[in-house]
Amino acid sequence: MKNTMVKQKQNKSSLNLLEALNKWGTIVAIVAIIIFFTFMLPDLFLTSSNVVNIFRSISIVTIIAIGLTVSLSVNGFDLSIGSSATLSSSLIISFFIWFNMPLGIALPLAILITLSVAAVNAFLIVKVKIPDLFATLSTMFIFEGVAMTYTGGGSISQGMPRLDGSPTVGTLPKMFTYLGQTPWIIIIMVLVVALVHIFLNHTKHGRYMYMIGGNPEAARLSGIPVKRYRTLAYIISTTFAALGGIILASYIGSAQINAGSGYLMPAVAAAFIGSSFAGKGKPNAIGTFFGAVLVGVLENGLVMMSVPYYSLNIVKGLVLALALASTYYNQKKF
Amino acid sequence: MKLEMEKIFIEFPGVKALKGVDFAMKSGSIHALIGANGAGKSTLMKVLSGAYDHYEGEILLDGKAVEIRNPKQAKMLGIDIVFQEVDTALIPYLTVGENIMLDSLANDMGGKHFVNWKQTHKRAKEVLEELHINLPTRRLVSRLTLAEKQMVLIARSLVQKPKFLILDEPTAPLSTAETKELFRVIRNLCSMHGVGIIFISHRLPELFEICEDITVMKDGEFVSCRPIKSTSIKEVVDDMLGGNMVDDYVKKKSVIGEEVLSIRNLTDKEGTLDNASFSVKSGEIVGIAGLVGAGKTELCKTIFGDNTIDSGEIMVNGKLVKPSSPYHAVKEGFALVPEERRKEGVLVEEPVFSNLSAPSLHNFTSLGFLNTKKEKVAAVKMIKDLGIKTPSENQKVALLSGGNQQKVAVGKWLQSNAHVYMFDEPTKGVDVGAKSEIFQLIEGLAERGKAIMYASSEIVEILAITDRVYIMYDNRIVKEVVTSETNEEEIMYYSTGGE
Repeated sequence: MKNTMVKQKQNKSSLNLLEALNKWGTIVAIVAIIIFFTFMLPDLFLTSSNVVNIFRSISIVTIIAIGLTVSLSVNGFDLSIGSSATLSSSLIISFFIWFNMPLGIALPLAILITLSVAAVNAFLIVKVKIPDLFATLSTMFIFEGVAMTYTGGGSISQGMPRLDGSPTVGTLPKMFTYLGQTPWIIIIMVLVVALVHIFLNHTKHGRYMYMIGGNPEAARLSGIPVKRYRTLAYIISTTFAALGGIILASYIGSAQINAGSGYLMPAVAAAFIGSSFAGKGKPNAIGTFFGAVLVGVLENGLVMMSVPYYSLNIVKGLVLALALASTYYNQKKF
Repeated sequence: MKLEMEKIFIEFPGVKALKGVDFAMKSGSIHALIGANGAGKSTLMKVLSGAYDHYEGEILLDGKAVEIRNPKQAKMLGIDIVFQEVDTALIPYLTVGENIMLDSLANDMGGKHFVNWKQTHKRAKEVLEELHINLPTRRLVSRLTLAEKQMVLIARSLVQKPKFLILDEPTAPLSTAETKELFRVIRNLCSMHGVGIIFISHRLPELFEICEDITVMKDGEFVSCRPIKSTSIKEVVDDMLGGNMVDDYVKKKSVIGEEVLSIRNLTDKEGTLDNASFSVKSGEIVGIAGLVGAGKTELCKTIFGDNTIDSGEIMVNGKLVKPSSPYHAVKEGFALVPEERRKEGVLVEEPVFSNLSAPSLHNFTSLGFLNTKKEKVAAVKMIKDLGIKTPSENQKVALLSGGNQQKVAVGKWLQSNAHVYMFDEPTKGVDVGAKSEIFQLIEGLAERGKAIMYASSEIVEILAITDRVYIMYDNRIVKEVVTSETNEEEIMYYSTGGE
């Protein structure tokens, strides 16, 4: 015992630097990337219009990633967020174009129906006891298919006839189109981050979720209803994914096939980068936001440097690998 | 062949586990090894099977010194062990045959790349037949019962033609019929194959049934070695206890009130608790004595809603309750300090203050928001009251010592309004100073009129802290005694199956 303590002390100074880097690595990386692009793209990158552009572009990723963060907080993993976003975007556009519903009904209804994803997830994970990753992998496919079946395998936009050829008369309400535009899209993102930050850190429910994530057995034996909170985590996760999908629909003004699936990977990257933020060592809302900033800044700069869109995934994938490495590298296993 | 271990010493950080132990036996015989918890019998057998490389002393085979520093060397010399946790040594999604032949598949393949499955299963079948075990070699191990898994492991050892086979508490999880079958196989191994069996068990009656000699250990030392025919359960119990273990903790006089907890014929679905009936009064500390694996943990966990109740009644303050989960149990006024502290009792990655408030977090919220300040103020007070040694309330629990972690695990329940407190081995891995502080904590709870259950395999502790004791053996409560009228020998006698 004593020996290891001495060793720990000796390692401390070298550890401090490593720890600091791990703690503030996200910020350091963001600053470094900004400096890099500012030099490479003078007059273009660090302009107010581009900064707003970056924030706008990360809004949807952030909102979806925040939901994922909550599922991660109970040591779960929600791979179905992309499909949830697709489903809710298809639903809400169809409500307007096909059924001419008012916003006040269409929006809550789209979220409510999308919550069926959470219901299936919770059933498979909490009741059937399938590991989170596999359960949500299957629901990811199921609801991708559900969304596509619902839209008849095509997109929905204003003026386009329905599947059976009947003409559509619905239009997108003005209020709805605002959601995907600045400043509203950014305001919504900030609200979502703040809300979940408060939820996770300043309510007993958030505390319970972290406890369950840290040690489900100890949490259970402390009298915390673990199953209930795991279900709640997936409900929250799907809710934010649905919200992200709705904003996405507003932003592009139509429902596209698999529109949400592209958001899964950057959301996972953002949440994992965020876990190490400020040395928290656990999923947290503020960290996820900065994780999304990092991914967004990188993507924006690379696009401006005319890196082709089809090569961007290489970089984004590498960032994800790096983020995962920082989470898992220090674990003592095997 | 003769096996001798001479003056075996081994030390772990902070503990001298073996202090010059001697052990000797012949192949072709069955030798019992027994001692109270922590006597060092498992450690000694781990040394013999090559689990450690830092022991001192000599191991002799037929008078010739041999080197055993890793499991492979032990196996080469014909010494093998079947651990109690059979699942750790088996691969569940492979067949019985593959598992039996695992060692030869791993080591005897040489340059070959293709496995001759027919030959493998044929050889496995032969081994099973030699032991008269009826088990299809192509069945998946995951579908076997615990007893069958043990048979697979014994068969695996036999493939390597062992001279000595160590069985570490093989009968603990078995039913009577399964134990009988195991004994048949063991006798067969011994007489037909000339294997020397070292048999570790806490159940004295069965040792007297099957073994020829018995070695008793205590506190890492050799006590006695006798032929089983010339000794008795009582004599062995005396050897195990040595009559010199005293806890100098002085218990305060209890003020005992009304009956708080009453349990009638409680049986669990998992089959680990059989028809338990007992009661605890307000202010009373009731001991649940018994050896490791006797069912003490299961008793606590069934009451706490963690194991599923099959039949029986639980009454708290005269009201019938049926806790279906720990969440409900806490609502009904139960608190459990579990045995596996780091796994079940505390959240090691969380700071002290949030551990202390975990079961009573609703006391620290206003309008749904956590009042972290109030939480920390309460934590600071509790750290002082309980004497938890920590730099601050923000310290991660993982960085505290075992005793202080345990104080956190106890402390977190003090703010809840529980009526019944259950302690499962609360002094495990705790130093002497912290131990008496934990005792004081428990007494403090009793003084406040709580009903206390104290489950421990340490008889000395049971005698020091409790008012009344229920003794468990083989998942049943077999005896009730009043602490002031009993002694270690009596408790050990009933704990080891004496009647």
